[in-house]
Amino acid sequence: MDEFFQILIATVAVGSLYALIALGYTLVYGVLKFINFAHSDVFVLGAWTSFTVSVVVLNKIADPSGVTPWWVVVVAFLSAVTVCGVVGYCIERFAYRPLRKAPRLNVLITAIGVSLLLQNVGQITGPAVARGPEKTSIKDGQTVTQAGDPLATVPFGASPKSMPKLIENVVLNESVMQSGNLAGGAMRGTVVFDKPVTFSEGRQYRLDVTRTVANADGTTRVVVEKLNLDAEPGTFEPGTEIRTTPRRTAAELQGSTYELIRSPRVPIGLIEVIIVVVSLSLMVGLQLLIFRTKLGSAMRALSHNIETAALMGVNTNFVISFTFVLGAVLAASAAFLYPMKYPGLNQTAHGIWVLLGLKAFVAAVVGGIGNVRGAVLGGFLIAAIELFGGWAYAPLKDVYVFALLIAVLLYRPNGLLGRAVTEKV
Amino acid sequence: MKTLAQHISEISPARAFRPVAVFVPWVVCVLLALAVHFVSPLLVNEYWESVLQRMGVFIVAAVSLNIVNGFTGQFSMGHAGFMAIGGYIGAGVTYYGSLILHGSVGDPNFAVQGTLLMLAGLVAGACTAAGAGYLVGLPSLRLRGDYLAIVTLGFGEIIRVLLELTPKQVSDAAAVKASPIVSFFGFNGATGFAGTPAYANLFWIWLFVAITCVIAYRMKTSSSGRAFLSIREDEIAARAMGVDLTKYKVRAFVLAAFFGGVAGALYSHTGVNPSPTDAGFQRSFDIIIMVVLGGLGSVSGSVLAAMILVLMPELLRDLQQYRLVLYALLLIVMMLVRPKGLFGVKEIWDLSRGDRKQPVGKGGTP
Repeated sequence: MDEFFQILIATVAVGSLYALIALGYTLVYGVLKFINFAHSDVFVLGAWTSFTVSVVVLNKIADPSGVTPWWVVVVAFLSAVTVCGVVGYCIERFAYRPLRKAPRLNVLITAIGVSLLLQNVGQITGPAVARGPEKTSIKDGQTVTQAGDPLATVPFGASPKSMPKLIENVVLNESVMQSGNLAGGAMRGTVVFDKPVTFSEGRQYRLDVTRTVANADGTTRVVVEKLNLDAEPGTFEPGTEIRTTPRRTAAELQGSTYELIRSPRVPIGLIEVIIVVVSLSLMVGLQLLIFRTKLGSAMRALSHNIETAALMGVNTNFVISFTFVLGAVLAASAAFLYPMKYPGLNQTAHGIWVLLGLKAFVAAVVGGIGNVRGAVLGGFLIAAIELFGGWAYAPLKDVYVFALLIAVLLYRPNGLLGRAVTEKV
Repeated sequence: MKTLAQHISEISPARAFRPVAVFVPWVVCVLLALAVHFVSPLLVNEYWESVLQRMGVFIVAAVSLNIVNGFTGQFSMGHAGFMAIGGYIGAGVTYYGSLILHGSVGDPNFAVQGTLLMLAGLVAGACTAAGAGYLVGLPSLRLRGDYLAIVTLGFGEIIRVLLELTPKQVSDAAAVKASPIVSFFGFNGATGFAGTPAYANLFWIWLFVAITCVIAYRMKTSSSGRAFLSIREDEIAARAMGVDLTKYKVRAFVLAAFFGGVAGALYSHTGVNPSPTDAGFQRSFDIIIMVVLGGLGSVSGSVLAAMILVLMPELLRDLQQYRLVLYALLLIVMMLVRPKGLFGVKEIWDLSRGDRKQPVGKGGTP
């Protein structure tokens, strides 16, 4: 049951990311009636941009304590959004606009071409924009200084990278069981509580120990350290020695206080909450933009009929460009949030990205392409199918998604909400 | 009542010759394949022979994809999936067949029977791929362009995932004899199926290149081909003219998948181990680029484009990193300046006639 709720939480987080990407597909389909195959590559570009920018910034400020200033997050987010927006505009302006009157097949092929272009340009290893520390070695009695290993390059190169941790993924629903003074046991790596403690079956326990550490120059500082407890379930009287990792000696634990923390059965991480909050607010903003503003009604007009909208005084080129940029910005936001949850970044042409984009596209189709609320519904639905299906039998999780797509297309070709809502964008 | 002999005697000499004329292209096919097989070793070394083999395989793949993407205008992006099905089944028949019949794989004494096994595997792989093509073709009746592209792309991915789940390869002849059906699906999961002997020499590959091209060209100029082209130009008009959309779309898919399977089976017999990634979209994109570059609907265009695109990486070895960027740019620029590909729907030998026959609008087909 715990696992069920854990997967449910993951579904909400992943689903809102899928929904954000799916919105980009659905917006463009709404106004131009074609699938922007390059959309998933814009997403990948966003992820790599936020990686590159954060690495460069963190490398520049080079804070030894390893604490990331909050503004790095903002800078990474804004740069991803800017780069993706500009690229989205250029794609529309230079690849799709000349083909607006061309047959659908040609536009489709161009979209595949743009997608391949973005993938493969991203794979080229370009000049380094951030380097690790310089390496010195002694060769023939002389000190040779070499430039450090490139940490980030533009374009991004073909080797997978790992996103630096911008925000600590704090578990939000932990409960403090008790607190008090802590002493070290006789043996190194054991602690002794001042009160009786009870550990229940099947739960994880942790100690947050506040202790004083001597600096090298004689001053002291206070640190908070996390110690994992290694204890059998049961009640222990004060004075019982309980093992911990990492191991600390009695001298190190002199005069320290503790908080005994029980991990929740279903942990809710800060990052998951951020993902859901940011995504939902973007979706609400989009909904307001489309249904409450003049620009939004111009977009809806275009989705009904481009020629008529143009006759009514809508600047179609501007609205189409705006729609593309809007889709790219949504993809960039998802791309900024995604590596926070999954820090491993694969090369831009890796199958994982293409599959991710495809799943988001499937979400848009399942919900009813061209329909904004449908894309959101589809995003959560696809995430649920993928994660719960993967829970049942993991190797087939991609197969479930495509099976759902085929089933929906065969029995409800307009998608789930394709008919129910008449306003389309 | 006239007897059969009387019927035949009434046929004029010109018509009596027709049954023979039907066979002329096939004789030419065999002669061409023999020519490639015996002449190329005199001209090039072993490495370039392997390039020629790969070229042949990709010509078969591109021409077969052209039947569905080019002639019929149904944009399939899962051709690598069909190729992988053919490749795996073909390799499986040869490998496990050799184990059952001979007890070992790749014995030179077993080469003749092995080649026959390869042909059997080719047919089996192609037929399985055609069956898969039928299954994929059915939803295509309800899906328009973009959706079909996605469904076929998804199909290729499903094939890839399923291949990754296959059990380990069995290399023990006794174990295979004990349970031949179970061990036949031992395709070795994600690592790929190794050890298939390279029975597909230049003769067989280029024989199938010639056969595929002849069938595709004849298909194009037949009533089926005209039905395909009419579907591609305008489905509603085609239906109004009495073209059975269901029949012809499925037929195009089955044919394309069949020859895709042939290409895959040939490829797995050239010493290249089939692996699940062969079913992925990357390979499908490669073939699509060949078809689009050569011209959607042009058999000779596909042949030429496949040749160019197989040779290009060999010639541009230093620019390996930029090769795919170049392809992508080629695709975009081609759509902007020459939306129908190099030859459009025409063949190379039609070019001298000029553009009079087909007035083409600026944006290609409406």
